[in-house]
Amino acid sequence: MSAFKPVLTQHIHQQDCHTLPFYQSEGGYSALEKVLTMDPEDVIDVVKNSNLRGRGGAGFPAGIKWGFLPKDMVKPTYLINNADESEPGTFKDRLLINKAPHQMLEGMLIAAYAIRCNLAFIYIRGEFYKEAEVLEKVLSEAYAANLLGKNILGSKYDLDVIVHRGAGAYICGEETALIESLEGKRGCPRLKPPFPALEGYLKCPTIVNNVETLSNLPHIINQGAEWFRSIGPEKGPGPKLYCVSGCVNSPGVFEEPMGTSLKKLIYENAGGIKNGNQLKAVLPGGSSSAILTAEEAVVLNMDFDSLMDAKTMLGSAGIIVMDDTVDMVQACLNIARFYAHESCGQCTPCREGTTWLVKMLTRMVQGGGTAGDIKMLYEITDNIGGLIDFSKGSFGKTICPFGEAVAWPVRSFVEKFEAEFINYIPQQETVA
Amino acid sequence: MKSKAQPKSGFSFADSERVERILSQYPDKKSATLPLLHLAQSQEGYISSSVIDTIADLADCHPSVVMDCVSFYTMLYTKPQGRHTIQVCQTLSCSLNGADSMVDHVRDKYEIEPGGTTADDRFTLMKVECLGSCGTAPVVQVNNDYHEGLSLEEFDQLLESLE
Repeated sequence: MSAFKPVLTQHIHQQDCHTLPFYQSEGGYSALEKVLTMDPEDVIDVVKNSNLRGRGGAGFPAGIKWGFLPKDMVKPTYLINNADESEPGTFKDRLLINKAPHQMLEGMLIAAYAIRCNLAFIYIRGEFYKEAEVLEKVLSEAYAANLLGKNILGSKYDLDVIVHRGAGAYICGEETALIESLEGKRGCPRLKPPFPALEGYLKCPTIVNNVETLSNLPHIINQGAEWFRSIGPEKGPGPKLYCVSGCVNSPGVFEEPMGTSLKKLIYENAGGIKNGNQLKAVLPGGSSSAILTAEEAVVLNMDFDSLMDAKTMLGSAGIIVMDDTVDMVQACLNIARFYAHESCGQCTPCREGTTWLVKMLTRMVQGGGTAGDIKMLYEITDNIGGLIDFSKGSFGKTICPFGEAVAWPVRSFVEKFEAEFINYIPQQETVA
Repeated sequence: MKSKAQPKSGFSFADSERVERILSQYPDKKSATLPLLHLAQSQEGYISSSVIDTIADLADCHPSVVMDCVSFYTMLYTKPQGRHTIQVCQTLSCSLNGADSMVDHVRDKYEIEPGGTTADDRFTLMKVECLGSCGTAPVVQVNNDYHEGLSLEEFDQLLESLE
């Protein structure tokens, strides 16, 4: 592991690393040149062989996603770069946009060429105003250098890219909500199927990929699928950006191989726990992942399968660290409040359930806990959509995975730190 | 022909060239709704009913369709705001790093609740959900700018510097 050299973030500390001249001086856009001479199907095969899995949260293999596009394309195909980064604990895409935007754009060009798309979008969360400005500048540089527009580098391939700002809605990171939002509507997820690859933006075939996923593509093209698969676990390989925040000495984004130990990320990369406190709990994959106790966390590796075996998930690799001063009921309320605010409201279990969770947890922290509260917290999370045990299969109570995204963490907080929740129930109540 | 950027309602875009550019780049007009709403809000400070009428006209849809969209997004304001919007992130990583005391500070010093505007319209205080910069918590967004890793003192100075 010590031999690993950052790939995606290798230049981020150098001056002018966001500019086209810098990127080209480091060999940038050579992967595009190579791709433009290839058959699009062969590009898809390289990406399939690389086993690149989506870095936005769901971890779906990118090449396979592209392969779902209809073979006889009569309608235009669209590519959307998902830069809506909104999962609490996640702040890697913003770094890639600010420091390596041409790497991301080259990735978009490769993806767009592979799926035969001539109009692509960067859907960026509205709060990233400065980053949208950075991207506009990057696009004008690229147009001026004929890396975008008509007949790119003399290849007869055309691509336009539009920067589209969101307006403050977590759910728009979900790909069908994002597409609705792009169409000028409320960001309410669509019922699937049909999946966006068949019916997405304007009912046309659409591929949505995350910023980090796309940023990997130039390297996969240049160094090959085998090289990519040699980094980290075979089933979900590659370099990975881990975001560590919360109660640590040096929070930040750290690039390490997929499958890096959580202990190393917390104690070495992020400098250990703040103020000499002890580790208490970790949300490993953003606030939508089930929480890990300190004992569980320090023996786990950060990859799709290891975390799924531990009944949580890699998600967006937003690692939120909590120390022994953190009140777990308050932290749980904080998360529940986030989801209650961000629920799009179209499914009753989610809209009502998240509101009930906030009401109950607020009442508990204000001293009004009652004997049946713990049981009811379990019931509500089950109703919204989440038994952590996959085999019991309580998926599908809501249109999109937002239901699971609130049910999993809240339920795991109660399960793993039940004593703290019981402490919020006045003594006479527990006896009764 | 009457320019569509100057319709019958009370609002018109100052930069009609930009409006045309936005409309022309999308394959359909309705996709221009959010960019036009952002542009209108940067001009007017909020989304009034005449802004909605104008955009509905440009996007070829009923005003209720635009209003439906506006009401969904937290960054679109349907009422005038203070000259500056102070948005304090309150989600977990910021909360673990002192965000709550920042909101309390504004509440005590300027006597406004989250959502409220100071009497002199200097600023509007908002508690917002995750701003996507958890590594530099606590984070405050003032208008379009992020201010990261602020101490309470730095936050206080920032507020003082706003005119």
